[in-house]
Amino acid sequence: MIAEFLSEADAVALGLTLKLAVVTTAVLIATGTPIAWWLANTPSRHKAWIASTIALPLVLPPTVLGFYLLVLLGPNGVGGRLTLALGLGTLPFTFAGLVLASSLYSLPFVVQPLQNAFEAIGPRPLEVAATLGAGPWDRFFSVAVPLARPGFLAAVVLGLAHTIGEFGVVLMMGGNIPGRTRVLSVALFDHVEALEYADAHHLAGGMVVFSFLALLALHSFRASPRPR
Amino acid sequence: MALRIARGPASVVLDLDLPPKGVIALFGPSGSGKTTCLRLLAGLDRGQGEVRVLGDWWQDDSRALFVPVHRRSVGCVFQDHTLFPHLSVLENIQYGKKRSRDPERIDTDSVVELLGIAPLLDRRPDSLSGGERQRVAMAQALARQPRVLLLDEPLAALDEARKKEILPYIERLRDELSIPIVYVSHAIGEVTRLADHLVLLEAGRVVASGPIHDVLTRLDLAGTLNEDTGVVIDATVVAHDGPNELSQISFDGGTLWVGGIDRPAGAKVRARALARDVSLALERPGPSSILNVLVARVTAVRDEGPDRVLVGLMLDGGHVALLARVTRRSMGTLGLRAGLTVYAQIKSVALFA
Repeated sequence: MIAEFLSEADAVALGLTLKLAVVTTAVLIATGTPIAWWLANTPSRHKAWIASTIALPLVLPPTVLGFYLLVLLGPNGVGGRLTLALGLGTLPFTFAGLVLASSLYSLPFVVQPLQNAFEAIGPRPLEVAATLGAGPWDRFFSVAVPLARPGFLAAVVLGLAHTIGEFGVVLMMGGNIPGRTRVLSVALFDHVEALEYADAHHLAGGMVVFSFLALLALHSFRASPRPR
Repeated sequence: MALRIARGPASVVLDLDLPPKGVIALFGPSGSGKTTCLRLLAGLDRGQGEVRVLGDWWQDDSRALFVPVHRRSVGCVFQDHTLFPHLSVLENIQYGKKRSRDPERIDTDSVVELLGIAPLLDRRPDSLSGGERQRVAMAQALARQPRVLLLDEPLAALDEARKKEILPYIERLRDELSIPIVYVSHAIGEVTRLADHLVLLEAGRVVASGPIHDVLTRLDLAGTLNEDTGVVIDATVVAHDGPNELSQISFDGGTLWVGGIDRPAGAKVRARALARDVSLALERPGPSSILNVLVARVTAVRDEGPDRVLVGLMLDGGHVALLARVTRRSMGTLGLRAGLTVYAQIKSVALFA
């Protein structure tokens, strides 16, 4: 069915985009959860500037982030020299590089719903769990995670949707290599440049529908009463 | 149990030796440090000093020892206690039981029975009433097999009807359990009804600590207790005057008539006589509407300001004390002084049964 709508190249781009979104979201849940937990609970005076740094991608043009990553991780950048020394090659124009760039770019979309959810729990349920013999890790997984479930759902949906939708940071960091770094938004740009409007419509329309459905799912879950 | 803690710059200074059994009430106005005291005991907050409970050291700064909350054998019920909303009542109760490293000293089934929550086990916490929630919280805390049960204003968030509903359950726990219950409250009624041992707190300091009868009969604490100054008397039901809705209770020092109670002869009850409800006479009063007249000896008289004095009394038998608050003028008229024998008339006796 997809073949009727999409050229083979676009289908490859779609597969790559989905893979990027899933991997990025997994990375973000793994790294964003401890960051959000820390931000929700820390009395540290460093909290303000750390939270601001994480939120930067919300306001920066994505090309700015992509540009700095490119410079930093290129063969002459500090990060690039490090990855070369470790025998990993350089990250720009690779899938791993895309994952890194997307993760940084989508970080606030995962951290903020999680942080809000953790803050909404308040200290009491965790204190009760502690007096009932649950250690810190146990309290986190048996109380904080289940109670923050709506936050996790929002984080996953926003992480996926935002990664699928990004363009600037991907173009700067990944370039346009079919099967490796050419994702849907880049493919769309190519179609438009080549005046292939029919193909462009399929991609653009598909992304609008997908994004809408993702947000609709999120809002319907939020609006529905808590499961009993 | 011992608690020697200083917290912040002299905000809370506690030095307490507590008995290993019964209800230990921490009583004082808001801001007196009761809840802080409980949190320090549980390890939820940290001060400087030492905490030792029934032979276990939980904190000793001289050895850099601080046992974290989850390794302290405590059961806690908070005023705004939160049951885990994602678990059923039964799962809530099992949460602590599964994690307990303590030997099973409290039979969870009996506690569920005792607290009357068997019909609620399959329910979700958000479908429970406030009173039911606090009873489940107590079962949850006890299923964890604690060595001490800490109750932080467990009734304060409930209305009067709910309080009355829950108090008997707490009394049952007190009578059936073999672990001490530390009960934090600013409600003198709850404290005098439940406590065996009373700790009076004021502005972060311990004003008095001792068996409730001793603390409540101290003349020097009236400034803290004010209008609540009065004694409690542990007594036994002896007879009922059905037609007149009265019951007679007996204690070591006499008998009292109280409002009719629905308890059989032989049942243990606790009565409370406020100092302001006790008046004194030099001779046995003639026929009077006051039913309760007891012979007592004045033990001490303490000034309480320009117009009134507080009189300490010991009833016949020499074991039960009473306090009476009278005007300075009456003191002069009656010539009240230590050693004088008087007749104490008790206008009203509140009974907890």
